[in-house]
Amino acid sequence: MNSKFLMRGERPVKKIRIENPGLLTTIQDLGRYGFQKYGVSVSGAMDSYSMQLANMLVGNSPGEAVLECTLAGPAIEFLDECVFSVAGADMRPLLSGKRVPNHGSFKAAKGDVLRLQTAESGMRAYVSFAGGIAVKPVMGSKSTYLKAGFGGFEGRKLKKGDCLEIGDSDFEFESCYVPEADACFCGAKEKIRVVLGPEKEMFSDEGIRTFLESGFELSNQCDRMGYRLDGPAVMHSDGADILSGGITLGAVQVPGHGHPIIMMADRQTTGGYSKIANVITVDIDRLAQMRPGEKIRFEEVDPVAAQELLKRRQKKLDEIERGIRQGKMAYGSPKEYSVRLGGKNYEVSVREAIGE
Amino acid sequence: MKIEMKASGDSGLILVFGDSISMETNNRIRLAAAEIEALGIEGIIELVPAYCTILVVYDPLKIGFEELRKRLEFLEESTGDVSTLAEKRKKCVLPVCYGGHNGHDLENVASHKGLTIQEVVEIHSDANYVVYMIGFTPGFPYLGGMDERIATPRLLSPREKIPAGSVGIAGSQTGVYPMQSPGGWQIIGRTPIRIFDPERENPALLSAGMVVKFKPVDEKEYLEIEKLIDEGIYEFEILDEGGEACEENQN
Repeated sequence: MNSKFLMRGERPVKKIRIENPGLLTTIQDLGRYGFQKYGVSVSGAMDSYSMQLANMLVGNSPGEAVLECTLAGPAIEFLDECVFSVAGADMRPLLSGKRVPNHGSFKAAKGDVLRLQTAESGMRAYVSFAGGIAVKPVMGSKSTYLKAGFGGFEGRKLKKGDCLEIGDSDFEFESCYVPEADACFCGAKEKIRVVLGPEKEMFSDEGIRTFLESGFELSNQCDRMGYRLDGPAVMHSDGADILSGGITLGAVQVPGHGHPIIMMADRQTTGGYSKIANVITVDIDRLAQMRPGEKIRFEEVDPVAAQELLKRRQKKLDEIERGIRQGKMAYGSPKEYSVRLGGKNYEVSVREAIGE
Repeated sequence: MKIEMKASGDSGLILVFGDSISMETNNRIRLAAAEIEALGIEGIIELVPAYCTILVVYDPLKIGFEELRKRLEFLEESTGDVSTLAEKRKKCVLPVCYGGHNGHDLENVASHKGLTIQEVVEIHSDANYVVYMIGFTPGFPYLGGMDERIATPRLLSPREKIPAGSVGIAGSQTGVYPMQSPGGWQIIGRTPIRIFDPERENPALLSAGMVVKFKPVDEKEYLEIEKLIDEGIYEFEILDEGGEACEENQN
């Protein structure tokens, strides 16, 4: 039932096959909005910045569906020639044995196998294909909603032997890349920024201090639904529970035991624990790349400052996309420099090598 | 009337209408949601109504927090006259086959409360239940208005699999499982209606503010309805007039 959705005209259907699914590989786009009032979780890519880069590099619209690969990546066989890109966590991708760097676009030949290994750093890698993944959108999104079992490919994580169809693309291939400095928005900033509230008044002053001034650690219970934190208990002033209400991405719920839970992409739509704070959108990407055991500290910002950061992130994404479309970020396209040596002017042209 | 507005991160704004479950609060939420939707404010992505709040999810690239707050201030002036609501409460009638293999715990509930099975069915199917909100899983309705005479605690150990459509009681709540899931509710019956179906044009049958009425059917009728649903020709029984909804029991 997934077939033929994006197929038009006479072009042959392109396919990829999952040779090894890795730990948890799912189809995700930017999420399923508009149905939270019916209890339908948003889902979508955990690190939406990397996911958008991967799409831009192959000429897709930024919100096209990609594969989200978790910690140990998949092996993907190309049954047809296809342009792809990998972004996010460094899973040391190999294309038929040859190393291909992250944040670049490459053309796989029919029969090539793209193998993502265990992540050297980070947690989630995104693989995009020019033309996108041709699964039928459910309620306006191709994202896999694991708990409810719909969206993506048959509503589940990918397994060995799954065949996915790739959509049409009129992307004129030129091997592009995104420079290291632009591969993430915030780099290795230490603190995760939060807007306090909406139920901060339910916490004692000491509880708020504990939250903002202590260090926490990501526990082993961290998945697409939420991250449970280990550390000092964050104390309420009088009771931990509220009447159930809507939950936003990055909401930090604190149940009665005082150990915070950060709500992530597959969070349920409503919850009854008080929320001390909410991680700002631009820092969700960084959180998505953190692993159990990593240390985390919070820093307060106001919502207006958080929104300014989000605008800056969008501006950067727009610039990168424009650069790619204008061919400014093509591998191998020569860069011109003027050099003055020994009192003489020289025009030099430099070409970057692909790979390592 | 005072409405509290709070930031929920950089992409959410929570409107707080009260601090307890009541029909009055629910009416104000329905009215406010309709008024916000009618404005068509650029940048609002969706509204998530709950017991006493509405979460407004918005795109900060299109509208800032302060501007959105100002645009919503009119709600405090709003008179809250529910009779002006274009959309009256709709009532959805759900056929339920009580007891037997469809409702393993019906006898539990009866013996717990010293009632006959028939009395439990009558009490449960007599009430008009208000959908206060949908949450927890897709399509799961939080219903208000169950009679305390049939309130029964959850099972001591939850079952691994409760089939979709199961109707249960947990404490003084009643509800319907939209999809198969684990659960600890006392299961008293089952409806053949799929209250949530991602493949349907309108996946969710129920929405916040609606009224639900359970109608007892026997096994034969249950199977007939199920067959019509499978063939895609069953017509949902949704009435425009919700009738008198029961006030939430204070507990």
